[in-house]
Amino acid sequence: MEKTVLQAREISKYFHDPYDIQVLKKISFEVKKGEFTSIIGKSGCGKSTLLYILSTMDTDYQGDLLLDEQLMRGKKEGDLARVRNEKIGFVFQFHYLLNEFSVLKNVMLPGLKLNKLSAAEVEQHAYEKLKILGIQDEALKLPNQLSGGQKQRVAIARALINNPLIVMGDEPTGNLDKKNSEIVFEIFKELAEAFNQSLLIVTHDNEFAQRTHRIIEMEDGAIIRM
Amino acid sequence: MRFGLIISISKALLLARWKQTLVAAIGVTFSITMFITLLSFMTGLNKMLDGLILNRTPHVHIYKEILPSEKQPIDYTSDAHNFISSVKPKNDLLDLRNSSVIMKSLRDDPRVLGVSPKVNVQVFYNIGAVDLNGVLNGIDVVEENRLFSFSEYVVEGDYQELKSVPNSIVLGKGAAEKMLASIGDNIQITTSRGERVQLKVVGYFQSGIQDIDKVQSYVSLTTAQKLLGESNSYITDIQVKLRDMNKAPEIAKEYKQIYEVEAVDIQTANAQFETGTAIRTLISYAVGITLLIVAGFGIYNILNMMIYEKMDTIAILKATGFSGKDVKRVFISIALTIGVFGGLFGLFFGFLISSGIDQIPFKTEALPTIKTYPINYDLRYYLIAGIFSIVTTYFAGYFPSRKASKVDPVVIIRGK
Repeated sequence: MEKTVLQAREISKYFHDPYDIQVLKKISFEVKKGEFTSIIGKSGCGKSTLLYILSTMDTDYQGDLLLDEQLMRGKKEGDLARVRNEKIGFVFQFHYLLNEFSVLKNVMLPGLKLNKLSAAEVEQHAYEKLKILGIQDEALKLPNQLSGGQKQRVAIARALINNPLIVMGDEPTGNLDKKNSEIVFEIFKELAEAFNQSLLIVTHDNEFAQRTHRIIEMEDGAIIRM
Repeated sequence: MRFGLIISISKALLLARWKQTLVAAIGVTFSITMFITLLSFMTGLNKMLDGLILNRTPHVHIYKEILPSEKQPIDYTSDAHNFISSVKPKNDLLDLRNSSVIMKSLRDDPRVLGVSPKVNVQVFYNIGAVDLNGVLNGIDVVEENRLFSFSEYVVEGDYQELKSVPNSIVLGKGAAEKMLASIGDNIQITTSRGERVQLKVVGYFQSGIQDIDKVQSYVSLTTAQKLLGESNSYITDIQVKLRDMNKAPEIAKEYKQIYEVEAVDIQTANAQFETGTAIRTLISYAVGITLLIVAGFGIYNILNMMIYEKMDTIAILKATGFSGKDVKRVFISIALTIGVFGGLFGLFFGFLISSGIDQIPFKTEALPTIKTYPINYDLRYYLIAGIFSIVTTYFAGYFPSRKASKVDPVVIIRGK
């Protein structure tokens, strides 16, 4: 039996502006170690909202969230930042790389922030991650010298630098063409199967979702299939 | 290492907008430069103008005032309140009694830097048939020079001849012009006792204050005593210079009691100088600080713009585990970098400009000792400017950085 890395217990969320709407209705599910899970659903069904709550960035919700069997409720902003730094890797639709830094430094930043290893060790890890993603040759370039697909791979390497408990993705292939989407999918699959990495990916690409280990389908703020 | 990381992020953001950063830093540089220049120049002028009077003024001036006695004979025999009208002072000499003993005990006082005795003689300068009012100061040449920089005001001739040449005089410049007396000439004066005496001019004295220069001249102590026909213990004034000028009022009070003489401190005698100096300095500070605050607003604006431009960067830093505090530190260190570098250059240029002003010739009849514009290179102003540049830039950075720390990454990332 694999360990549970993420557990959501009856998570609800309301938007108050312009009038009260319940966007998430008592969502409960678990993600186990090494699971490659996708969340699908139509636009506006609340899947991204859910992901931001699960990633600890959004703290305005009811219910409980446990990461690594630790309750996230009541933690201070600084502690949550530390949790994100250490336990969560994030891949967005847009790559969000910092153009002022080289690819390598972009990947290293969360590792340097964690401050568990020396700069030299973080650099070595960063090279390893870039190698897994097949872009080690681009390490010293600036992000704006890379293609869209390469940028997204750098963003994945950045998400992996601290060997996170779980990698979360918000439409990570949304901005990519067929070929690059395929590459990113293969990377995710390899991470899950070869490195036993837990992944939780929000997508509206059904084809992508069908090939993951597990699909959670949402509609109107509730899970309808999982 | 964590601090190094914050610094490296700040540096990257700084360099990404280096033109704006440069403008902000130039703002700080300009204001610090002006602050330093203004204060150096202003306090230099202040010091010079005050020095004009204050250098020449004893910290405590001891003399005898001819006054009606406070206690009339009847007061010694009756405790009742006595009304006595039309009390007149006794005819008395201006001589300080026991002056040699007083001077000796003053010299033993550890708070006293030096003591210089003086004899005041009322005379008339005789120019043909015309008599002009004059005052001769009999001075101890060596002490007067050591304590009150006498030599600086002797514009022509050698002041030391006052001591070596008998019956010599250093004539006030104004008086000398009226008498057409050049150095080496003999002039004639009449003392208050009616005696006519010839004195040899060995130099000119110029204080810069015309009314004084027309009347006042200097002779040696012994010459003055001789003119009055008094013994060599005859002293009318004792000028005391203290180690700490600020203690003058209490010390003056003390001497007044111990020696039963009149004693006036420099603060009482020259209150108007202190006020003028304080206000001029205040104005300089106000202008300098205003400039710095304006520069602070510049930094504030630039950081605010930077935060709007770098919203994505802030969001991703927060999403990958940087806390609000870290983001705040990044922007504060950007502001401080601008402050420190701008400030350092400001101090440097401030020094450069003030030393430039120091080279500009500035000659005026009234101020014989001044050749160029006076500059005060007091390290204190550099220190104040440095500290102030850091404090203003810190606050200019504090408010934008607080805003940056509150950026909600969800809003930014979802907005794309």
